[in-house]
Amino acid sequence: MSLLSVNAITKTFGGLKAVDDVSFQVPKSSIFGLIGPNGAGKTTVFNLITGNYKVDCGSIRFNSEDITGKITHKIVEKGIARTFQTIRLFGKMSVLENVLAGRHCRIRSGPVSAMLRLPKQRAEERRALGKSMAELEFVGLGHEFANIAGNLSYGNQRLLEIARALASDPRLIVLDEPAGGMNEQETAALVDLIFKIQGRGITVLLIEHDMSLVMKACQHLVVLEYGKKIAEGAPDAIKENPQVIEAYLGSDDDVF
Amino acid sequence: MIDKKTKFRRLVYAAFVLFWMTAPLYLNKYFIDVLNNVALYAVLGLSLNIILGYGGMFHMGHAAFYAIGAYTTAIINIQFGVPVLLIMPLAGMMAGLFALVVARPIIHLRGDYLLIVTIGLVEIVRIALINNVFGITGGANGIFGISSPSIFGYTINGIVHPHHYYYLLTAFLGITIVLFFLLEHSRFGRALRYLCSDEIAAEGSGINTAGYKLAAFVIGAFWAGMTGTLYAAKITFISPESFSFWESVVMFMIVILGGSGSIPGVILGAILIIGLPELFQGLQQYRLFIFGIALVIMMIFRPQGIIPPKPPKYPVNRLDKSEVVL
Repeated sequence: MSLLSVNAITKTFGGLKAVDDVSFQVPKSSIFGLIGPNGAGKTTVFNLITGNYKVDCGSIRFNSEDITGKITHKIVEKGIARTFQTIRLFGKMSVLENVLAGRHCRIRSGPVSAMLRLPKQRAEERRALGKSMAELEFVGLGHEFANIAGNLSYGNQRLLEIARALASDPRLIVLDEPAGGMNEQETAALVDLIFKIQGRGITVLLIEHDMSLVMKACQHLVVLEYGKKIAEGAPDAIKENPQVIEAYLGSDDDVF
Repeated sequence: MIDKKTKFRRLVYAAFVLFWMTAPLYLNKYFIDVLNNVALYAVLGLSLNIILGYGGMFHMGHAAFYAIGAYTTAIINIQFGVPVLLIMPLAGMMAGLFALVVARPIIHLRGDYLLIVTIGLVEIVRIALINNVFGITGGANGIFGISSPSIFGYTINGIVHPHHYYYLLTAFLGITIVLFFLLEHSRFGRALRYLCSDEIAAEGSGINTAGYKLAAFVIGAFWAGMTGTLYAAKITFISPESFSFWESVVMFMIVILGGSGSIPGVILGAILIIGLPELFQGLQQYRLFIFGIALVIMMIFRPQGIIPPKPPKYPVNRLDKSEVVL
């Protein structure tokens, strides 16, 4: 049964078809990879799923509900959380506050109950704090909670983005190049973390350039080139697919 | 453990509160009236701080909301004889409603664009008041004879007895500080700071950025409107000239100079911008010159303001192990 189904979506920027008639189904509780050479339209697909861009045509269904054209924060509320390719943390705020941002849509207190410090509001804040600390410990940043987010190392900033996304209790987490800028050890730890996320029953959809990570972590891959889907299947089959090899290495004509 | 810096800061705050509470004992009418103005502008600055400080929206039309509160008070008081303090919430609501209507279409604008639109906003309000819209604003002459507030039958006249009015304004300022402090340290305050820091990341984390921006405008306007009531009842006479673009600029400067997003900063900003020039009356025409130079120097060497906001603390160590759960 698929959690996310992307049906023939197209997105054009000016004259450029960034995403051209792409369809795929992400099964529940899977780790699903979206790969392709630079500029293939992977991040655009992510931005379409998370509502940062609006699709020109096609539809996106999540949990058998149509989410096409919904506004981003509504989509997060429905259970799709994301991280960004270019890290987008609240750099001058504390690590803990960054995670609390992800918790935001799961708590309710408004300005009036805050000004009156109603017991309900206080209990809710406390629970949010506990949950956020737990998420930090889950990604291995528990000891950094009081630090300023912008002062973390690159790899830890990526982990913090994951913690922030997890804090919203997503059913699907969308990771945009989570290993970007990580060293080998950090990448290996990331693979373990991705399996741990899957272990919580959260479906993982990721874009990644690091092929060793993709081959190790993903059960299913979709390959994009020039905005079009050129292959789909299990990692082992994708590795042998001549079209994919050509997309990555260039055809014989190009090799001079 | 309390470090030296915190200790010092607390000492300064305590000394300031002590001075403020005892000021009527040794300051004359004139200086008490100066402090009254400081209090008014401190509240205005704090209300703008919600929009500009936490939310990071360059709003330079705050005087429009202040004006709507003051005029609502004047018109209802004179037409229907309702006591001014009873009108206060209504004045807030009128300003809030106005903010809701005008801010909605401009909320997506960023930085300088929003700035220009809000400048237009305050001018539209001022010119509408001068043109005597609906024949109720008194045109360029304004409205005379607004009654003074009274509490339990005791009238507080802001002109004859600024000392009495001082305590009314102090009470309002005190309530404002407490409520806004609680607001700052809550889910709402955080949401504004997230969207100020990175709007796309905030939206992507599940925060309704457009909704929060609008809410910030409405709350800020509501408070400015209520402050308008206290202003109108203090001087008992209002005219469009009291709500010019310059007033908006002054409020903007209070927040930026003091430290945007910082409650103590905004209060200090009000003291420096409203109070300090009065101390240098003798310098006459050099006053504005010195003021301008000081602003330029500040913006170069301390752009975050004199007292930048402190990062909030969370009681993490008070959490029980059993509360830290996924």
